[in-house]
Amino acid sequence: MSQSFATLVEVRNAIASKQISAVELTRQVLQRIESLDPVLHCYNEVWADRALQVAKEVDQGQRQGELAGVPIALKDNLCTRYGRTTCSSRMLANFKAPYDATVVRKLESAGAVIVGKTNLDEFAMGSSTENSAFGPTRNPWDTDRVPGGSSGGSAAALAASFCYGSIGSDTGGSIRQPASLCGLVGLKPTYGRISRYGLVAFASSLDQIGPFAWTVSDAALLLKVMSGHDPKDSTSAPMDVPDYVSSVDRPVEGLRIGIVKEYQSLPGLDPQVRSAIEQAIRTYEKLGARIVEVSLPNSAYGIAAYYVIAPCEASSNLARYDGVHYGHRTKEPVNDIVELFSKSRAEGFGDEVKRRIMIGTYALSSGYYDAYYVRAQKVRALIKRDFDHAFGFCDVILTPTSPMPAFRIGEKSSDPLSMYLCDIFTVTCNIAALPGISLPCGFTQDAKPLPIGMQLLAPAFGESTLLRVARMFEQATDFHTRRPVLG
Amino acid sequence: MSERKCVSYRVLVGLEIHVQLSTRTKMFTGVVNASGALKAGDTPPEPNTAVDEQVLGLPGVLPVMNKRAVEYAIKTGLALGCKIARFTKWDRKSYYYPDLPKNYQISQYDLPLCYDGIFELITEKGIKKVRIRRAHLEEDAGKLLHEAPGGYPIEGSIVDLNRAGTPLLEIVTEPDFDSPASVSAFAQELQRLVQYLGVSEGQMQLGHMRFEPNINVHITDQNGQVHKTAITEIKNLNSFSVLEKATDYEVRRQIREWEETGSLGRKSTYGWDELKQETFHQRDKEEAHDYRYFPDPDLMPVEVTEEWLTELKNQVGELPSARRERYIRALGLSPTDAAALASDKSTGDFFEQIVSAGVPAKRASTLMEALREMSNERVRKVTELGVTPDHLARIGQLIESGQLAASKEVTRKILDTILNEAAGLATPEQIVQTAQKLGLIQTTDTTAIDAAIEAVLASNPKPLQDYRSGKQTALGALVGMVMKSAKGMNAKLVQERLKQKLG
Repeated sequence: MSQSFATLVEVRNAIASKQISAVELTRQVLQRIESLDPVLHCYNEVWADRALQVAKEVDQGQRQGELAGVPIALKDNLCTRYGRTTCSSRMLANFKAPYDATVVRKLESAGAVIVGKTNLDEFAMGSSTENSAFGPTRNPWDTDRVPGGSSGGSAAALAASFCYGSIGSDTGGSIRQPASLCGLVGLKPTYGRISRYGLVAFASSLDQIGPFAWTVSDAALLLKVMSGHDPKDSTSAPMDVPDYVSSVDRPVEGLRIGIVKEYQSLPGLDPQVRSAIEQAIRTYEKLGARIVEVSLPNSAYGIAAYYVIAPCEASSNLARYDGVHYGHRTKEPVNDIVELFSKSRAEGFGDEVKRRIMIGTYALSSGYYDAYYVRAQKVRALIKRDFDHAFGFCDVILTPTSPMPAFRIGEKSSDPLSMYLCDIFTVTCNIAALPGISLPCGFTQDAKPLPIGMQLLAPAFGESTLLRVARMFEQATDFHTRRPVLG
Repeated sequence: MSERKCVSYRVLVGLEIHVQLSTRTKMFTGVVNASGALKAGDTPPEPNTAVDEQVLGLPGVLPVMNKRAVEYAIKTGLALGCKIARFTKWDRKSYYYPDLPKNYQISQYDLPLCYDGIFELITEKGIKKVRIRRAHLEEDAGKLLHEAPGGYPIEGSIVDLNRAGTPLLEIVTEPDFDSPASVSAFAQELQRLVQYLGVSEGQMQLGHMRFEPNINVHITDQNGQVHKTAITEIKNLNSFSVLEKATDYEVRRQIREWEETGSLGRKSTYGWDELKQETFHQRDKEEAHDYRYFPDPDLMPVEVTEEWLTELKNQVGELPSARRERYIRALGLSPTDAAALASDKSTGDFFEQIVSAGVPAKRASTLMEALREMSNERVRKVTELGVTPDHLARIGQLIESGQLAASKEVTRKILDTILNEAAGLATPEQIVQTAQKLGLIQTTDTTAIDAAIEAVLASNPKPLQDYRSGKQTALGALVGMVMKSAKGMNAKLVQERLKQKLG
């Protein structure tokens, strides 16, 4: 089996120059999935026949575009007319959407070959992909470990070379954290940059779709293809899409990088992560960047606010899964409609989803609304203000992505609170609706070295800056060239 | 005998009205508005055909606001004398029900689009001010059916989502109605208003308007003590007569319950049993849902700019109330006549064209009465009868010049003949010809009238004697005899000449 292409752009160019046919490439990818995915479980569904058909159309020139022939994986919470859209939930195990999400339409219009739908924490709730009704996904760097979550399937599928780019969704870190744990570039765009139409909602004011890629340029290309206003999503920004691809190699002059004062003394930060981040800062200094300390005084309340706002919205978004119109319906006898609702939901949802529905329902209840939801929204406003202030002194903010590298399967699954703390560096970005990127900045000393990621944050719609700053680091290092050894 | 006696009572009713707007598409998606845009006589579409992924509440869908629906709501708010919120938003109202696909309804909670209105209702007792607490926009639910269309029994229940997502304006009044009749009068006035504005078809039988009165009574007993009953709400009434009947029944039921048991009742919800013609208890309000309202994160807040509002005000133009006021003040019409003419835009315009052709306003108003009668009989709008303002203006002129009797019957005779014979193609001159043909043109020739008077006086000495001896009524008898002796004489002139003669 030949795996001679390192990046999405390389593979795209090879197909365009007929160095390899799209069908041949797709077949290679499908073979690799067939032999290795039974262990990793990245995919919930592989679209072998359709992928080959689309690839054939690319080879015959019927499909063109910036992604012509490139095998792409979709997180299984993006609605597709083809196949099922399960959200890794028993509730939607057999759900077939009658429409395509806007991003799916855009990717296919650009010629992408969709390989399949990837595993996730049920309804994107989790940080390890262990909360899947169909079993966990394993990390290609060490199969005893989690790939992160909730977009763990998409991250692991790319890390295992089961595709050349993949799509996830990020509500509190669900793209950046698995990117970090799988040694990838993962980008969460500004809220409103990419249409959410067809993304099964978890927390509507925080959800955003974004790409996984091996390189910053690959991520820039996927971002460019997926971005833009969509009349079907009122929260998508009516703004032009800059050419992220052509600007990515241009370094940022007089770059100022912000380091967050409050994060310096944070307990629970893995020492190897700390040292990789310190090393990354030195690399930027060598590139001529000025390091400035900034303060995000309210970031300490980020996790608390997030775990009020996200469950509140989730409790409402997931109310529709009641077994009446579609989805799982109990086979037990029921006396009335309320029993049909409650039994279907009790059977259809997993524990973490139920936990968040209950938290959200409680927090929105009369008498608690002001104490929880309203207060969390105030914190949200304060966190936004902190960032506005901080970005007066720097172009981007640099933090770890995850406080620790990939942990072992089962290690945190019985302790929801310690799992929630995985999001400590990532949630504020969603709360403030900012763009954030994670990129590889080191590896651990383990026998099976684990990737470490750093996060860069920019002001709203500052994706170009973010990508350029990330690319500066990538050009000075070689972490992005390493691949896990499998099988 | 009961120890409690209701000596007198005061009725307090507030009204909640749900009005389906007649926009082309639904509130939050481009699918056709199968319920609200239905016109009288239209056949409703097959169940579950006016749906798309948004209406079905499928995973991943997002709502997109229908701007036209917001405009319709603002226009209604303006017409109800409401303030219009410059900033408003959408909230999710959560409850589980099979006809609500998302299990939440997109509505407006703390910032309604329209609020604090005062609407002037014309009643027999004069103008009554009804305070409008709020009017907000939301999406309608689907329908849960327990039998198949046509009344066939089925196992379980079925859902039709054609109605789901229809733009729905919920109007809430303060408890300003003091009788079942005034509640119904307001409801009918509101129907005319939304039809006048063109924001709703207002067809009761199509469910375009649904009413929920909130009722309680302040009872004064034989000792002068006042007892206030708990407020009950009657759900989902969809005709004016049922609204009035149910309100009336509920007022009496509350009084009877107090007289019989001394209980003032509990805050609760009632339904109306059409067969038994009585209200029945549904649930206590204490069991009411906690709707867990919160702002819908899928929709942007709505900002109503000065320009937008001005444009809508211009589109609304002169409101029925302002027009009514103008008819009373400037044209000297009675409040009842003014209200009848001003409630419908096309009727008002029709009337004003008659006036501008030189017919005095009061005369024109009387002519319009004949026209409204015909409109009711033929179940057609005044403007669609085939009669033009020119026709009526011509009749008005003939009456003014004494050539036609100022009677509704005469006007009707001419108009009916014209419609039957010329089917709306008659020229104004044909009015005169028709009147002549029907022998309705009166003579104003005083010589002929005097001759007729002479003849009658000569052959009828008795009434003449009576009159001369002071019996005023005898004059009327004489006029009648003169009119009878030769057809087509102007009664006013006959009376004038006769009086002169008898001097």
